[in-house]
Amino acid sequence: MDSAPSEIPRLALKILVAGGFGVGKTTLVGAVSEIRPLRTEEQLTAAGRGVDDLGGVERKTTTTVAMDFGRITVRDGLAVYLFGTPGQDRFWFLWDELATGALGAVVLADTRRLTDCFPAVDFFERRDIPFVVAVNRFAGTRDFRPDEVSRALDLDAGTPVVRCDARQRASGKQVLVALVEHASTVHAARTPVDAVVGEAR
Amino acid sequence: MVRPYTMTGGRTRPEPEFDLIALVVGDVDVTPELPVGPEQAALLRLCRANALSVAELAAETDLPVGVVRVLLGDLLDAEYIRVSRPVPPALLPDEHILQEVIDGLRAL
Repeated sequence: MDSAPSEIPRLALKILVAGGFGVGKTTLVGAVSEIRPLRTEEQLTAAGRGVDDLGGVERKTTTTVAMDFGRITVRDGLAVYLFGTPGQDRFWFLWDELATGALGAVVLADTRRLTDCFPAVDFFERRDIPFVVAVNRFAGTRDFRPDEVSRALDLDAGTPVVRCDARQRASGKQVLVALVEHASTVHAARTPVDAVVGEAR
Repeated sequence: MVRPYTMTGGRTRPEPEFDLIALVVGDVDVTPELPVGPEQAALLRLCRANALSVAELAAETDLPVGVVRVLLGDLLDAEYIRVSRPVPPALLPDEHILQEVIDGLRAL
């Protein structure tokens, strides 16, 4: 017990990357992660809805839900983990698990399909999880001003809207910086300044 | 067709819930005498030198997260690993830490 081979990094923070299908979540995670983008899978077994024609044996279907994730080591003992949330609505219970203890979230938006990110915006607003909306620029789309996007999404005042190119590491970094700054402001407003950081072991 | 939960003896829930970013460190070297299955041995080897998150362990072993959690539960019971719990949200707002994260991201 005493011969520790290596110190366990003390702090691990979690940031979620959400948004509609095909909006660039995997791309963003891959662009900023220091490790090759990893996919982890959760296998879910659900009893089939229908009953087979033959003999009424219940069919079981196994669904694999993939989650992309990446890591950014800030320093020895402090790392940020990024998780791309599964896009399909029926896997929302996984969002709940992912959101537990999250520092904040990036909601990626495509202005051609802005409604796709409504569910994510609702999800984080209801749970008081700080988030920023990052408008991923796709070729041939009109550039919307952040305040236009904010109004279209009916965001709470103070929720930042930033533009980004999810393929670019520098751009992805800026999105994360905007999020952590926002989360920092939100958390500071919620808790007394003298909040104690426990000896997390 | 693989039936992942056969590796866990049909169990789907570990005793403690491991967060995806809980960090795992292996405390034992894998030897033929060590009473663990091949999947658990693989997990132990991966986290022996460096702490790895539960998510990374699942990705590296190509096992579903649920399965990895159950296997880690056994390893924890046997005291073959140590697991760090993530910082509870209530303790997150330390401004220095968040400033460090911001500076660290900018410096990437």
